[in-house]
Amino acid sequence: MPLEDGTRPVVPRAFHFGDESSREDAAHLGMWIFIATEVLLFAVLFTAYALYRLTYPDLFQRAPAHMDVFLGTLNTFVLVTSSIVVALAVDSVRKGRDFAGAALLALAVLLGIAFLSIKAAEYAKHVRDGALPGAWYAYEAFAVPGANLYFTLYWVMTGVHAVHVLVGVSVLVTLMLRTLTGEFGARFHTPVALGGMYWHLVDVIWLFLWPLLYLT
Amino acid sequence: MAPSHAEGAPRGPSYLNAEQGLWSWLTTHDHKRIGVMFLAVLLLMFLLGGVFAMALRVELLTPGDTVMGRLAYNRAFTVHGVVMVWLFLIPSIPTSFGNFLLPLMLGARDVAFPRLNLASFYLYVLGATMTLWGVFQGGVDTGWTFYTPYSTATGRDLLPVLVGVFVVGFSTILTGINFITTVHTMRAPGITWMKVPLFVWALYGTSIIQVLATPVLGMVLALVALERVVGAGLFDPGRGGDPLLYQHLFWFYSHPAVYIMILPGMGVISETVCAFSRKQPFSYRVIVWSTVGISFVGFLTWGHHMFVSGQSTFGAGAFSLLSMLVAIFTAMKIFTWLGTLYRGSLWVTTPFTYVLGFIFLLFFGGMSGVAVAVTSADLHWHDTYFVVAHFHFIMVGASLMAFLAALHYWFPKMSGRRYPEGMGIGTAVLIIFGFIATFLPQFLLGNMGMPRRYADYPDAFQPLHVASTAGASLLGFGFLFVAIYLGWSLRHGRAAGRNPWGSEGYEWRSDSPPPEFNFHAPPVFPRPPHDYGRPSAEGEVDHAA
Repeated sequence: MPLEDGTRPVVPRAFHFGDESSREDAAHLGMWIFIATEVLLFAVLFTAYALYRLTYPDLFQRAPAHMDVFLGTLNTFVLVTSSIVVALAVDSVRKGRDFAGAALLALAVLLGIAFLSIKAAEYAKHVRDGALPGAWYAYEAFAVPGANLYFTLYWVMTGVHAVHVLVGVSVLVTLMLRTLTGEFGARFHTPVALGGMYWHLVDVIWLFLWPLLYLT
Repeated sequence: MAPSHAEGAPRGPSYLNAEQGLWSWLTTHDHKRIGVMFLAVLLLMFLLGGVFAMALRVELLTPGDTVMGRLAYNRAFTVHGVVMVWLFLIPSIPTSFGNFLLPLMLGARDVAFPRLNLASFYLYVLGATMTLWGVFQGGVDTGWTFYTPYSTATGRDLLPVLVGVFVVGFSTILTGINFITTVHTMRAPGITWMKVPLFVWALYGTSIIQVLATPVLGMVLALVALERVVGAGLFDPGRGGDPLLYQHLFWFYSHPAVYIMILPGMGVISETVCAFSRKQPFSYRVIVWSTVGISFVGFLTWGHHMFVSGQSTFGAGAFSLLSMLVAIFTAMKIFTWLGTLYRGSLWVTTPFTYVLGFIFLLFFGGMSGVAVAVTSADLHWHDTYFVVAHFHFIMVGASLMAFLAALHYWFPKMSGRRYPEGMGIGTAVLIIFGFIATFLPQFLLGNMGMPRRYADYPDAFQPLHVASTAGASLLGFGFLFVAIYLGWSLRHGRAAGRNPWGSEGYEWRSDSPPPEFNFHAPPVFPRPPHDYGRPSAEGEVDHAA
C-alpha cells in the first residue's frame, strides 16, 4: 500500500529468518544438498567407467601406461595443496584476518590455474598422439578394440572435472575480491565457507579420478 | 496471538496488490507470486501437450493415414510426450502449489532461498523455450525417452532438446534444494516433524528424489549430446559401447521421476480427503512412512522398464519384487484415505469429486502396474497400449486429477474468489468419465496386441480406437469448461473469505489471498494439522455454495 509520497512503508524483509546463525545453517544445508547432486552427476561417469572396466578388464589395466603419470600425480599434489590453502583461507576470514584470507584465496586461485595449465599440457600431448575421444580416436600405439572407450571416458571424466575446476576458480576469484572489499569477515563469512566446500568437492572428485585413470 | 482469526475481511493489501505492474511480478522474490507464475506457464504447457494428444487421437480414429503421415505422427507423439512429461508433469504440483503453499504450511515468511526460487523459474522458462524450439525446428521423432541408438543415429537435430531438458532439470534441482532446506530450517516454533502437514511431507519426499535423481538425467543427456557431436561411442556397439547403459541410466532417473509426478498428488489428496470428510487422517504416520518408503524404493525399481531389453533373470526378478513393494506403499496410502473417508462427514465439492476419481483411478492404475511388474506377463504387454493405458492411469488418472483437485481446493486461497461449485462438480464427473472412456479401451487394445507408437492398425481394432478418441473429446471439453469457469471466476467469482472450506490446514490460517509476507503476526499452531476431532474454533463454513 503506497504512502502519500509514493514510497512503500519499510517492511523488515530480512525478518525472513530469525537470526544470522539460522541463515547460515540453511545456507550450509543447501550447499550439502547441492554437493550431493554433484556426486550423483559424477556417479554416472563412474558407473560407465565400472561397466567398461568389467567389459574390457585387460585393456583398462594396460591403458594407464599411456598416461603421463608424473603430470597426473603432480596435479594431485597441486589440487590437494590448494584445498589445504582454501581451508586456511576460510579459517582466516572466520577469525577476522580478512587480508590473510584474501591472500590465501589468491594462492588457491593460482594453484587452480596451475592445475588447469598442467591438464592442458596433458591434453595437448593426447591431441598430438591422436588419443582423441570417440570417432576421432587415432592413437597408433594403443589401437586395440575398446581403447577408444577408455580415452572417451578419460576425456569426459577429466573434462567435466576441469569445467568444475574452472567454475571453482571463478568462485574463488569472486570471493577473494569481495573479501578484499571488506564484505566478509568474522561477522559474516558464509559465502567463503560455502565456496570452500565446493572447492573441496572438486578436489575429492579428482582423488577418485587420479587412481582410476592414472594408476590402476 | 492467533493470527487474524475473528475477522472475515482481510487487513491490508494481499500479495496480489501489494505491488503493481508486470515488472513487480517478473522480479518478485515472493514464493506466492513465483508459484502463480509457474502455474500460468504450466497451464500453457498443458494446453500445448493436450492439443497434440487430441491430434494423436484424431489420427488414430481410422486405420491408415487419417490426418497425418507416419513421420508427422512420430513427431506429434514426441511433442506430446516431451511437453507433458518434462515440461508439465514433473514440475507441475511442486513448483506451482508447492511454491505457493510450502511456506504458508510451515508458518514461514518465504522459502529458504527466495532468489534461487526466482532463478529456478527463469531456468524453467529458458529450458522450456529451448526444448520447444528444438522439438519444432528439429522435427524430433524419438519420443520423450530419447532411446539410443535411434537418438544418436537419427538425422534430426536433437541437441537443442537435450540442452533444454538439461536446463529444465537444473531448475528442478534448485527447487528441490530450496524445498528440502525450507522444511528443515523454516518450520515455525511448534511444528515438529510429526506435525508437518501431509502435503509438506509429500513435497519433501519429492524433493529428495528430484535432488538425487535429476543430476543423473543431466549427465545422461550430456552423454547423448556428446555421442551425437563427437561420436563418443559409449552407447554405440559399433565402437564397443553398450546401448543398454543408456537405458539403465535413463530409467535410474526416469522411474523415480514417476514418483516426482505422483507423490505431490498423493500429498494433495491427503490434505483434501481430510478437509472434505472432516476427519483427521486415519493414520498420519502411515501416510508419512509410505511417502518416505516410496521415495526410497522408487530408486530401486528402474529395471522393470527393461524386462525385454536383456537383463539377467535374477535382476529381472529383483526389480519385479521391488516394483511390487511400491504397490504395497501405495496401498497403505489408499487404505488410509479410505479409512479417513469411512464414517466421515463427507462434503461433496469439486475437489472432493476429484479425490474420489483419484482414489479409484490410482487403484486401477496401480493394480495394472503390479500386473506389468510380473516379468512373464510383461513379455506380452511390453510396448503395447496396455502399458500406455497403465501409465496414463497414473499420470492422468492420478496426477492430473490431483492437480485439478489442488487447483480447485486452493483456487480461493490463491485468488480470493470462489468458482461456481455446481459447474465444477459436473465438469469433474465429465472429466473422470471422459478419462475412463479414453483409456479403458487402451487396456483392451494392448492386450489384443496393439503396439504403442504406431499410426496404423488392423481394422479389427477400430471400434476400441473410436471409443478412445470419443473419450478424449469428452476430456478436451472438460478441460475447456474448467478453463472457462475458472477464468470467469478470477474476475467475477464471489469473494471467498478467509477459509471457505472451513479447513484445518495450516495454510488457511492466513488471509485468502494471503498478505505479502503470509501472516500479519507470527503465527502459532497450537493444534496438529488436519485436527478435525474437535469442533472448529471458527465455524464460519459457508455451505450455501
